[in-house]
This record gives sequence, C-alpha cells and structure tokens, in this order.
Amino acid sequence: MAVTEHPGGETARQGSGFWPSVWNAPASRWGFAAILLLIPAAAGDFWLLQVYGWTFALGIVALSLQFLGGYGGMVSLAQMTIAGFAGYMVAIFGTSSVEHISLGWPWWLNIPAAIFLAVIFGTITGALAVRTEGIYTIMITLAIAAAFFFFVNQDYVLFNGFSGFNSVLPPTLFGVDWREPTAYYYMTLFFAVLAYGVVLYVSRSPFGLALQGVRDNPRRMAALGFNVTAHRIAAYAFASVIAAVGGLLLVWSNAQVSPGTQSIDWVINILIIAVVGGMSRPIGPFIGAFIFVLLENWSETALAWVGLSPERFKLVIGLGFLAIVLWSRDGVLGIWESWRARSRRDPLTGRAPGDDA
Amino acid sequence: MTDTGVTIAERMSANATQSALELRGLGRMFGALAALADINLTVRPGERRAVLGSNGAGKTTLFNCITGDFLPTTGSIRFFGEDITAFPPQERIRRGLRRTYQISLLFTHLSVIDNVYLACRGVSRGRFSLIRPRRDEALMQSAVELVDLVHLAEVRDTIVAELSYGQQRQLEIAMALAGAPRFILFDEPAAGLSPTERRDLIEILTNLPGHMGYIIIEHDMDVALRVSESVTMMHNGRIFKEGRPEEIEDDEEVQALYLGGGHGHG
Repeated sequence: MAVTEHPGGETARQGSGFWPSVWNAPASRWGFAAILLLIPAAAGDFWLLQVYGWTFALGIVALSLQFLGGYGGMVSLAQMTIAGFAGYMVAIFGTSSVEHISLGWPWWLNIPAAIFLAVIFGTITGALAVRTEGIYTIMITLAIAAAFFFFVNQDYVLFNGFSGFNSVLPPTLFGVDWREPTAYYYMTLFFAVLAYGVVLYVSRSPFGLALQGVRDNPRRMAALGFNVTAHRIAAYAFASVIAAVGGLLLVWSNAQVSPGTQSIDWVINILIIAVVGGMSRPIGPFIGAFIFVLLENWSETALAWVGLSPERFKLVIGLGFLAIVLWSRDGVLGIWESWRARSRRDPLTGRAPGDDA
Repeated sequence: MTDTGVTIAERMSANATQSALELRGLGRMFGALAALADINLTVRPGERRAVLGSNGAGKTTLFNCITGDFLPTTGSIRFFGEDITAFPPQERIRRGLRRTYQISLLFTHLSVIDNVYLACRGVSRGRFSLIRPRRDEALMQSAVELVDLVHLAEVRDTIVAELSYGQQRQLEIAMALAGAPRFILFDEPAAGLSPTERRDLIEILTNLPGHMGYIIIEHDMDVALRVSESVTMMHNGRIFKEGRPEEIEDDEEVQALYLGGGHGHG
C-alpha cells in the first residue's frame, strides 16, 4: 500500500513543528474554509441535511478507518459497528420513543457515557483483531460487525430488536434545535473539522509516528523499545472515539438507530468511502463520503434518465469503486497526487522541481 | 526456559557476575535444523567483539536470539547480570541493548529525523504521547545530534525510501545509538558501503564512548579486525575458536575455513 504521509502536501516540513501551520496555509485553503462556512446561505434544506451533513458524519466514521488503515495498516470493518453502538448507547441512556428502555439521563451524562462505552467496545474489538494481519484482521472485524448486527436484531430487552429506537434527538443546547438543517450543518462541520484536525495533529505526535512505524515495520518497532501490540490496541481506542462521534451525528440526523444503522451494507460502505477517497491522508474519507452521498442521491435519477431501473444504483457505485481501485493506488487522493506530480514535471527533463534528493 | 537453563541461571546469579552479555548453552532449532547449538559466550562491559563465520554459520540467528526476535530453544541469556531469556524484545531494548539489521529495517515512509526520533522515543517515556514534539525538546535535540553524527544532516527531512543504500545503512547505526545504549549488536554494518563510507563507519565505531561495548558481524575483515579487540569464530551454528584479532588472522584452521574463501558480501 502506498501510504505515505505528507501532512499539508508541500508544507510538510513546517508541519513537523509543535503547532500545525494553520496561519501559513495557502490562500486556496482559506477560500475553501470560507465556502464551507457560507454554504448554508445558498443551499436548501435537503442539501444541508442529506448531502453536506451526511457527508461530514459519514466522513468522520470513515476517518476513523483512515486513521487505523492509513497510519496503522489495520483495515477494520467494525468502525460503523462502533459508531452504531455509540448511537444505541445514546438512545438507551438518553431519551427516545421507547420509554420502557431509555433511561432519560441528561445529555452531559448520556453523551460521555455513550462515547466511553463505545471506546471500550472498540478497544475490545482491537484487542481481538491486532493479533492478526491483513485479510484476517478484515475477517475478524467483519465477524464482530455481523455478530453485533444479528444480536441487536434479535435482542428486545436492551436494543429493542428490529425496530430499534426512534426520536433520538440531539440536546437543545444554547436554545438551538440542532436538527434544524442549518444548525445540523454547522454542528457536523464543526465536528468534522475538529476530528480532521485532531487526526492530522496526532499523526505527527509520538503516538502517531510510532503507529506509522508499526505499519512500516512492526519487528523494528519492538527492537526500538515499543510494545507493538499495546500500540495497535491504543490506535483502536483512539479511532473508536472518532467513530463514536460520527455515530452520534448519524443517529441524530435520522433521529433513529436500528439494526440497519450498522448493517453489513453500511459496514462495507464505510470501507468503500475510505478507499475511494484515499487512505493516505485524513482528507480522503471526506472526499470519499461526498462522492458516495452524491451517487447515493442522484445515480437513481441518472439511471432512470437513461432508461435503467433505479435499483441499479449499486452497480454504479460498484463500477466506480472498481475503476478507482484499478487506476489509482490511493483513491481520489492518489489520482490528484499523480496529476499534480505530472503537471509540475519539467517537460524536457521529466524531473519535478524540488526533486533533488 | 528449560531445566538446565534455570539451574545455570541460578548459579550465575549466585556469582553475581557483571558481564555485559552472558550466553550459556544457547541453542535454537528450526525444525530439525540446529541453527545454533551450545553457544557459550561472555562479553565484558565495553568490550568490542567481532563474530566471524561463513554464511549460514548462525551469526544473525545469534543476534535474533539475543534481541528476542526469536526465543532460543535451549539455554539462557543474561544482560548485565539480569536473566532476559524470556523477555519480549522491547524490554531488552529498554534495558540498554541495541541492534542494527543486516537488511535495513527502516520506516521507509517516514523522514530520517522521524526514524531517529522514534528510536529515541522508544527507550524513553511518553511512547503514547499525543502531544507533538517541540523543536527544542531534549529528545528531538538528541535525534538531531545523532543524524549529524552519521553525516545525514543534509537529508534530515527526506523520506527514507528516497535515501541511497549507504545512507540507509548509516541511518541504521544512528537508530542503534539512540537513548543510552549499554551494548550494541551490529549486523554487517559495512555491507554495500563505498570505501569512503567504510572509513566513516570505522571512525564512528572507534569513537564510541568506552563503556559502550558491541558485537559486530562483518564479512569485511579490514573493518572487522580494526574495530574489535576480540574475535569469535562460528561455523555450522557452533563457536569453534575465540581469540585476539592477530591470533585469528594467523590461525591456519580459520584461514582454511573462512579467510581463504574470499570476502563474500551478504
């Protein structure tokens, strides 16, 4: 896997400082940030909730996979399960329409408890998975995901079986209804930027560097004094926090959590999002999530337009996935990188500027 | 490990010897093949020893047993008096043991300074720290010094995959010197180096602080005999001769078995 880590592309060298070089960011980044902040002025409710909000929330869950896969070399299929688990916890401890199960705790107790338990769940998953490599990691996390899906489907005591929980709403903080489209947009944007920034920051911390060391060469890491197994499990715990936050945002957008939230379909969709976007940098999952959400919403219309049945929408996603995997080693990020490298190369010598090492 | 190992270990701790490294009856089987058999070796603190032998003599297996990459099948390993036979690699490293690898095992997607910084971090606190290192942090400073020591200052921020082979070998050495090593295992550090790089290597090795002992596996006799004060000859997984470099060089049996065969690489 070509998982190189160059935070901020050409600013990689400044990026190794104590603070990320936010204030030195190029103008294009400031422009992009301004656009993100101003989108609600132009976009309708459907776009704010179903396209952008959903992109940020799914992107956060996929970001937890990017952290594990891109930096740690561990492909976990249980990230959507951890997200769904956090959603269930917030429904059980907080309020929902299923009053005989929900405990009705206040948000400041309910939300931390949900995230904490999701981290425990994710850490146990990690402890089981880290002793395996490659395809076996995928299989064991898929088995955990499948087991959780069938369990919540059948358990009516705690998880309310097939119907799950309805009316799981975000807390009304500062007098704002956070399910209102503009508020939901800003809430998901805030957490997406926060999660992105935290992952980027941690990737250059001793913990993050060591995780990349474990990915490149676990044997050497042990020969440098690191406990490789403990480091991998800690990475799962860290990724669980991110997945749990994404899970809460997803559950709040629909106001409901049910077995379908972390069905096998969704477990695999998160993998597709991360791979299509690119695993080498934390922006990849958000790019992948945006493409996925656009396809999910509009490929049916496009298919109907060319006379195909709307159920063929998975065919479009599948073909797109195949094309990206075949032509790029690192999703859309990989295509972007190779395009940029080509455009910078001197047409005579074939060398890129700064390629003097 | 085994019954003999325990009794020998007990006897040794009763003696309270202060050898840097003490191997007693060390053996390692790969299936039916005895890669190492009945190795007894004592190295004083600060001693510099070369281990010579043809390919397949068991030199690298010996290193792998000492650092814990493999567990020995029989025998015991003491490091500064402590029985480390069953310790995982990281626990041995944290006690001051270091090694380099014959085939560079580096973090190819990280920069030179990040590789050395990880080596420094591995033997100190805060391995799980989520706070980015400051430029003036003591560990970062010592990483920078190590990079300078092995003449890699110019490529400090370069990704390791882009380094030349010789530079990667030098980086291996910088990583082995991180922290406060008490004893280092060098596995063919000169293999594939240019003549200039070899001179630099000899200089680095001879200038190491006096208390830092090492064992060096090296095919280049020129390097091996100049940087060591004692020599152990291995053949087919066993030690068959020990002595001073001059004695080994003049020994007929050694010449017949090894030196006559030319200086192979790898």
